[in-house]
Amino acid sequence: MSWTVRGITRTLLPVLLILTLVEIGSGLVLGTFESTLLRYPSLLVLVPVTIGTAGNLGSILAARLSTAFHLGLLEFRPTDDELAGNALAIGGLAVTVFPAIGLGAWGLSALTGGAALAMETVVLVAWLSGVVLAVIAIVVTAVATYIAYRLGLDPDDVVIPVVTNTCDVLGVVVLILIVILVI
Amino acid sequence: MALREVAARAYREALPALAASAAGGLIAGLVLGGMRTELRIVPGLLVLVPALLATRGNVYGSFGARLATGLHQGIIEPRLDLGDTRVRSAVAAALANGLIASAFAATAAYAALVGLGFRVAPLGTLIAIALVAGILSGLALIVAVVTVVFIGYRRGGNPDTLVGPIVTTTGDVFGIAFLLLAVRIVVGGG
Repeated sequence: MSWTVRGITRTLLPVLLILTLVEIGSGLVLGTFESTLLRYPSLLVLVPVTIGTAGNLGSILAARLSTAFHLGLLEFRPTDDELAGNALAIGGLAVTVFPAIGLGAWGLSALTGGAALAMETVVLVAWLSGVVLAVIAIVVTAVATYIAYRLGLDPDDVVIPVVTNTCDVLGVVVLILIVILVI
Repeated sequence: MALREVAARAYREALPALAASAAGGLIAGLVLGGMRTELRIVPGLLVLVPALLATRGNVYGSFGARLATGLHQGIIEPRLDLGDTRVRSAVAAALANGLIASAFAATAAYAALVGLGFRVAPLGTLIAIALVAGILSGLALIVAVVTVVFIGYRRGGNPDTLVGPIVTTTGDVFGIAFLLLAVRIVVGGG
């Protein structure tokens, strides 16, 4: 591991710039729906937390699968207990945490005088987004871990950044699609 | 049943960090929700938000992971010593890469918005906002990551498990709060 500015930059910067371009893609999705987001502040409040939680679900699963893989506990079969159990936990986390996020987003915008949407609507948007994002996080993480394993790469190095940023971007896309569907 | 056990343990272990990070995300969202005036004054700013937040996570997540590895290997000491060239290089590299990525994000967002025919603030304004926000949130995150990782390590914690939650929680809050401050510094008003 290099500890010079030049050495660190050489490994970090190329990946960083590619990921930045990908994130600008999700920014453009947000920008396209800017007027809707500005009209309903509760939705704007949901943006960072949805992106963050989607990325976290992916990185939690990636870290756990990677560790199980290194310990020789993981087999890539849908019936594998480690794989299925961790996937189930991610689904459970999404289903329980996202309604609370929706309630929090609605409550915070109501307190600051900007809640233009009903509480049920915001909770429903958060919950549906969470369920869809959990499924996406599970599929993306399982596929990325499997590909890293087949290519002989250490899943710790590649899977977490790929999964976190993919889930970030899809977090915005899913949130906007659910908003269009519900509102 | 093994499946249930695996799922229950994973759920229990992940919930606290996920909930803490969600609370941080909601605070960041509250600031973003209060930034509607700034978002209208600086068209294109919203397009930058995911890229700037992700840059904080990627740069300072990697910075924290590097410190954790250095501590594990015993090649850096868990105390604040600005004479330590390894820590100094890691700090300088994190700041420099964060700033390069921020300016790059502003330029890419500007080019995309112009190309798509959207209304967008001048390129100089977007770059200035991205750089000011990058410096302020970078300094805050360096202090947060170094403090938590070093103190956590000295108290017998595993620095690897501290980095993720710290960076995701503080990264979003600092990222958005300093973005708001940067807009006010660059554009004025507020």
